[in-house]
Amino acid sequence: MTPVLHNKAAGSGLPESSGTPGSADSAHSAAHASTGQPAVPATAPPRPGRLTALLEAVGGADDGLFDPPGPRGRRRIAVASAVSLLALAALAWAVVHQFDAHGQLHAAQWRIFGQWPVLHYLLTALWATVRVTLVSGAIALPLGALLALGRLARTPLLRWPATVYVEVLRAVPLLLLIYAFLFGLPTAGVHLPLFWQLVWPIVFTNAAVFAEIFRSGVRALPRGQTEAAYALGLNHWTAMRLVVLPQAVRQTAPALVSQLVRLLKDSTLGYVVSFLELLNAAKVLGEFDHTVVQAYLVVAVVYVLVNTALAGTAGWLERRLGGPSPTRGRPTV
Amino acid sequence: MGLIADHIGVFGSGLRVSAEISACTFVLAALLGAVLAVCRISPVLPLRVFSRLYVAVLRSIPLLVLLTLFVFGLPEIGIVYSLQWTAVTAMSLYWAAFFCEVLRAGVRAVPRGQIEAARALGLGFGQTLRLVVLPQAARSIIQPAASLLIAVTLNSSLAAAVGVTQELTGQTELLDQQYAQPLVTFGAAAVAYVAIALCVGRLAGFLDRKMAVTR
Repeated sequence: MTPVLHNKAAGSGLPESSGTPGSADSAHSAAHASTGQPAVPATAPPRPGRLTALLEAVGGADDGLFDPPGPRGRRRIAVASAVSLLALAALAWAVVHQFDAHGQLHAAQWRIFGQWPVLHYLLTALWATVRVTLVSGAIALPLGALLALGRLARTPLLRWPATVYVEVLRAVPLLLLIYAFLFGLPTAGVHLPLFWQLVWPIVFTNAAVFAEIFRSGVRALPRGQTEAAYALGLNHWTAMRLVVLPQAVRQTAPALVSQLVRLLKDSTLGYVVSFLELLNAAKVLGEFDHTVVQAYLVVAVVYVLVNTALAGTAGWLERRLGGPSPTRGRPTV
Repeated sequence: MGLIADHIGVFGSGLRVSAEISACTFVLAALLGAVLAVCRISPVLPLRVFSRLYVAVLRSIPLLVLLTLFVFGLPEIGIVYSLQWTAVTAMSLYWAAFFCEVLRAGVRAVPRGQIEAARALGLGFGQTLRLVVLPQAARSIIQPAASLLIAVTLNSSLAAAVGVTQELTGQTELLDQQYAQPLVTFGAAAVAYVAIALCVGRLAGFLDRKMAVTR
């Protein structure tokens, strides 16, 4: 039974040995013994346990900026870990204490978010948010594609207006555009429903952003593709349609999905036009129930969940379609 | 157009407040973002996990939600200071997450061979970072940092939605309510924003060309 003891002593942190029953354990070490390899070399750093492995996966060490630490380095890292854990715990405690000291942690203030009428109200608002996101995305996407085609066109008659539109609309804050719609249109005699007063400004700014994504997708294609298409006798638009666009759409799909995150963020401006989407609902709820912090925190969590799911979808698409997207690494703002 | 000429002072002060908010936000976000980026590439696991979660969460929260949470939520837990600085706090926390990603992308853009060569020469972690990685990373983040600055400036207008009406968008809306000439007032504000974006973009392009590393 010496191999088992040896394994237990040297590799107590091994992921394989931590959860396996004794029989598998001894078989494992027997295999080691038969090949004549030591279970764990004496100088190797201790292998992480399961929790540490999970945290490693979350923390994701990606850059090989430092050598694998030696014994002294490991000790220093352990000290730094302990100190930083203490600091983070102190930070968390300070936040909780501040909330508690002002009576914001009473169960009564949180319980209402489990009641059906409130839940129903918030879910309706979430649906409104999703509707704004989807509708503005559905309009902005083809508009952006048209603008991108315009910018890539050969006639200056198409190229210039598209360029000016994209450059200007990308440099004007959405809030300014919303105010212009909110206060400008009634003086011009146009009265839009609240929903469209929110959707149109979002469409106009995001069409410009979509156009840029499409254009960078097209430009990221190797020039040889277009040249080969011309050599085959296709003209500009046919080459676009048959050769360039299918590849560009494939390349930009992840970036387009992560742009949905921005659309969803933009829908919070319903708060300004008092359209009842999620953020505005939180405001109403908070003022009605005197649970301002709680309501905003709850919707913040909802936004994080929805956006994380969207970002995850984008990442999945990127892995599936292969090849880096042209806008990778550029933050969605 | 006479309206603009008469109220050029209003636009001027609005522009100044906007620039103030944006500059403070950008500097604070850059500092916090740098700290987060260092945490993210450090060998200390708790810091790495914290930085990763911070970036993931803050990037998913809409800025306006964060602003309302800070402006209306902080007084509820007994923290009250000037409205403008509360808005700057919220925005700095938000943009720090983006800054961290920009810095990290910059560090990753440095070819691995450079780092391996530095280590082969016997440089430590700090020396590798200071002498080899950062000087090269700094050049490749000029453009993304500039787009971030433009985004910060544009989104500083959101402060008007939570009551910092002294800044450009807020001032424009007030002027419009007084004189009901939306085309002129909003047009003028739009021109100001476009001018800022153009200037920052041009400057970044110039710096980028000047400091480019030929690889």
